[in-house]
Amino acid sequence: MTIEVDVTIKLKHGVTDPEGENTKKALSLLGFKNVRSVKTMKTFRIEIEPEKESGDEEKVKHEVEEMCRKLLANPVIHDYEINVVKW
Amino acid sequence: MPVKICILRIEGTNCELETFLSFKRLGAAAAAEIVHLKQLIGAVKEREKRNLKDYDLLVIPGGFSSGDYIRAGAILAARIKGALGKEIVDFVRTGNPILGICNGFQVLVEMGLLPGFGAAHEEIEMQQAALTTNDSARFECRPAFIKHENRGNCVFTRGIEKGRILKMPCAHAEGKFFIDERNRETYIQLLEENDQIVFRYVGPDGNYASYPWNPNGSIYNIAGICSPEGNILGLMPHPERAFYAFMDPEWSRSARGRGKDGEKEKGDAYGDGDGKKIFEAVLNYLRL
Repeated sequence: MTIEVDVTIKLKHGVTDPEGENTKKALSLLGFKNVRSVKTMKTFRIEIEPEKESGDEEKVKHEVEEMCRKLLANPVIHDYEINVVKW
Repeated sequence: MPVKICILRIEGTNCELETFLSFKRLGAAAAAEIVHLKQLIGAVKEREKRNLKDYDLLVIPGGFSSGDYIRAGAILAARIKGALGKEIVDFVRTGNPILGICNGFQVLVEMGLLPGFGAAHEEIEMQQAALTTNDSARFECRPAFIKHENRGNCVFTRGIEKGRILKMPCAHAEGKFFIDERNRETYIQLLEENDQIVFRYVGPDGNYASYPWNPNGSIYNIAGICSPEGNILGLMPHPERAFYAFMDPEWSRSARGRGKDGEKEKGDAYGDGDGKKIFEAVLNYLRL
């Protein structure tokens, strides 16, 4: 039994998102005139094998948060969101 | 004790050889060694093992370590922190210099060694800044003009007079030096007070200029900074790609324009490029 967790890394409010802005420009050049803004974010789907059969959700979330702190997000520019998709 | 230089390599770094050659050309071939991270961690055969303690200078070269996945430099930084955290802290605390070029700068920032406020280095600091996606959202690859601003704190630029403008190639997609708005003013002031600002992007006339002269949109036009103690330098442009005068893409044109004395011009090709001084300065520092 594995658990699937989605970690979404977003740019903090106020950090420019050049990729999103360029995409918005390209979309408007393609004729999508109603596009107000485009933001990019990155999702990691992480499959975790819990320690015991009865591994609890809090513990897994805690571990994923540790992953975000250590590698996946940079606190200066990123916010992150953790969602358990399959238990 | 002879000086030893560790040029760190992992999958995806690609400037280690040029960096090694820069030291070799200055007569330090025997001192410099390209070392894989695995050799420092000890995940290799006994005879290939190396100890960070035996080196006097650590260089993290440019490239795309671990494919620049997640963020540029993030994976290498996390691996160094995880496996060598204590050794690095000891290395820095004894005053040994670290040089991070391009991707190496990104690694040092990710590790929290730069800007590295909170001098004690009790443990590796939290990240206080970031090198994030260029404003242009492109890979910016061309020579940049950078002005040397350090007042003498940084051990890698002693011998370069303050205010001098250097020309070195930059080549990066994630080089925008960024501090969040809340801390921006305080941190910039700290950087100034601690004499940590080493290089800032300028236009050809020597004035601070925006894109394209500032290739990535860095705040305060920052191209390179050092630690408060001056022994860690990170910079985005590549000094090893400006070692000789002929490495400047405009060299042949300017040499032809300079006069009739063809022979003399040929000799000039091996004149100094602007990047050479950085390697000279650190070797001088190590030999003291």
